[in-house]
Amino acid sequence: MNALLVMLLSPVAGAFILALLRPLSWSGWLNVVASAISFGAAITLAWMVATQGEVAGLTFRVDAFNVYLLALTTFVGLTTSIFSRPYMRYVCETGKTGERGMRVYHSMYQTFMFTMLLALTTDNLGVLWVAVEGATLATVLLVSLYRTPEAVEAAWKYFILCGVGIALALFGTVLTYYAAQQVISDPDTGLLWSELYRRSGELEPTVMRIAFVFLLVGYGTKVGLVPMHQWLPDAHSEGPTPMSAVLSGLLLNVALYAVVRLKMLVDGSLAATAMPNMAGHLLMGFGLVSFLTAGLFLHRQRDIKRMFSYSSIEHMGLMTFAFGLGGPLATFGALLHMLVHSFTKSAIFVTVGHAAHIAGTQSIDHIRGLIRTQPAVGWSLLIGVAAIAGFPPFGVFTSEFLLLTATMQSQPWLTLPLVTGLVVAFAGLFRHLHPMVYGVAPTGQLPVQANMLPVAIHLALVLWLGLSIPGFLSRWLDQATGLITGAHLL
Amino acid sequence: MNFTNLPLLQQLVLLLAALVLFTSFALLAQARLVSAIHVFAWQGLLVAAVTTVVAVTSESHHLYFSAALTLVLKAMLIPWMLHRLARRLELDRYVESLGRPALTMMAAVALVIFSYWLVLPMVQQELAFTRNITAISLAVLLIGLLTMVFRQQAVIQVLGFMSMENGLFLAAVSATAGMPMVVELGVAFDVLVAMVLFGVFFFQIRESIDSLNVDQLNRLTETLEDEA
Repeated sequence: MNALLVMLLSPVAGAFILALLRPLSWSGWLNVVASAISFGAAITLAWMVATQGEVAGLTFRVDAFNVYLLALTTFVGLTTSIFSRPYMRYVCETGKTGERGMRVYHSMYQTFMFTMLLALTTDNLGVLWVAVEGATLATVLLVSLYRTPEAVEAAWKYFILCGVGIALALFGTVLTYYAAQQVISDPDTGLLWSELYRRSGELEPTVMRIAFVFLLVGYGTKVGLVPMHQWLPDAHSEGPTPMSAVLSGLLLNVALYAVVRLKMLVDGSLAATAMPNMAGHLLMGFGLVSFLTAGLFLHRQRDIKRMFSYSSIEHMGLMTFAFGLGGPLATFGALLHMLVHSFTKSAIFVTVGHAAHIAGTQSIDHIRGLIRTQPAVGWSLLIGVAAIAGFPPFGVFTSEFLLLTATMQSQPWLTLPLVTGLVVAFAGLFRHLHPMVYGVAPTGQLPVQANMLPVAIHLALVLWLGLSIPGFLSRWLDQATGLITGAHLL
Repeated sequence: MNFTNLPLLQQLVLLLAALVLFTSFALLAQARLVSAIHVFAWQGLLVAAVTTVVAVTSESHHLYFSAALTLVLKAMLIPWMLHRLARRLELDRYVESLGRPALTMMAAVALVIFSYWLVLPMVQQELAFTRNITAISLAVLLIGLLTMVFRQQAVIQVLGFMSMENGLFLAAVSATAGMPMVVELGVAFDVLVAMVLFGVFFFQIRESIDSLNVDQLNRLTETLEDEA
């Protein structure tokens, strides 16, 4: 319990202090320290869950599924804060934002981490909603940090679209509470997920069906499912690079976690009806459409960050499809995919930030010859894109292979669109990547000071996970799979 | 289903909920910005009234607190903030009429019918009372969404958004006799923070495109453009 409180209160304290702290050099370091404390606490919690089983108390609940995401979130938050310290300093020096913007940035970074950690650890569905909406509110000001017309437009679109989506999710939550109240008489425990899960068979199927549609559309907006994805490319491309990294790598995972938790409730409720797999089919439908559409949109992109945002939509679609498919194999693959996608995508966005810095622009047509100008950045981008496209021996290949195997076992004819989509996305990514990395560099393009250590760590981890998943991690994922599907893989 | 057979307080709740739906229609069509803010304030007041009457009938005391919270937040604080923003943005006499009033109104009516159809299987075995209120709250939610789609001015879009939150609150009160206190406080806090951020955004938008017509926020597209 103490570890849980430390993990949650460290970002809150960090946010307060960072809002008031003026010297920029201290802000960067304090951001890193607060993230490190959260990470340490998350690892302690993971250890506690591994030895004692789940940790619960005060309407918080940490089991194998969310402690996995907690460790991932705090780790990527830490490495991104390490990257962001010198990067935001450079941003401040070039005048893209002022001292006040820096304070807003650092304070909102920690607030954002807090809301994500709260969403992951709470047992109360209402507090989950409040935290996900809070995460949106915390990042809205950051997307418009640079105050260009494009950034303001992206932030407005993000605010409105996600706000509307989340409002629909709240209606779904109200309907779930309504169904719960028919079954659980105590009004305060009616929104607790663990209570509802135990008694999910008694929840009224007609209500839960409609509730799930609202919840899927609502939280699905934050996952980036097509056709509610319109805010994602804008928000991820216009914000500062560390923001793109955490939004793509972490927030999408938290939203998908909410969808999966609610799917577990709905599955229990619909198990005895004529259409027990409705939730799974909906997830598969949305996931497949997102995956294919995003793969096609990738080809049209002219801004490098927008291209990788569409790649995020594509991978989230793949994960949603996997969770919808159900069964231990697909769920294990989806959980592994969450991990490797976060690592790879955040590494790519960090590298893209450096690439845009070198070329002075984010336009794909004007970035050239990275590998000659600064080999570290060029090679990282090349390896990162190879990893995210699903090349062996990287971890993304493993999780996609598991997913394809599961699809072939249960819905063999769906393997064809999946493989086609993967090929289309791979073609799009490399078509745009090749001139950027290998083209003729414009004269006068100089290398920049870049800390590539976080990128190297992330890519090395993804490579390691592709070659051999360590025993403790596969057992951890297997426990989470057991929680979600009721059956173990290993 | 005979309304006159219901107890008096339940009839009162139905009347108030119908008035909330009416204000939702009024907000959709209101051309003058300042009047739209007043309509929104009335909607908040009516939702608070519904909450109070439900509190009296169901004897759950935390609903009195929720009613007070709604009254202060939705009927007083947020309209005051919007009013102040309108003055600072020099939008006191801003008038924007609906592009296609007949079509919009028919769409709103279709949404009300859709809401009733959607709620029908859920509360079939319940009283007509609960079904009506839940359907009305979903209709207010969807008409708020319609307002955001059909109106082009940023402040009126925010009013549509806040009206959606009113519909949600009405749903929570009517279907479930209020959510747990911690959730309601969290939602109210989120709405307040959202309002503050909207205020910040109005200035940022106006600074960047010199107008608050969100149709002019159209630089981020994917069509091929010639780049200088």
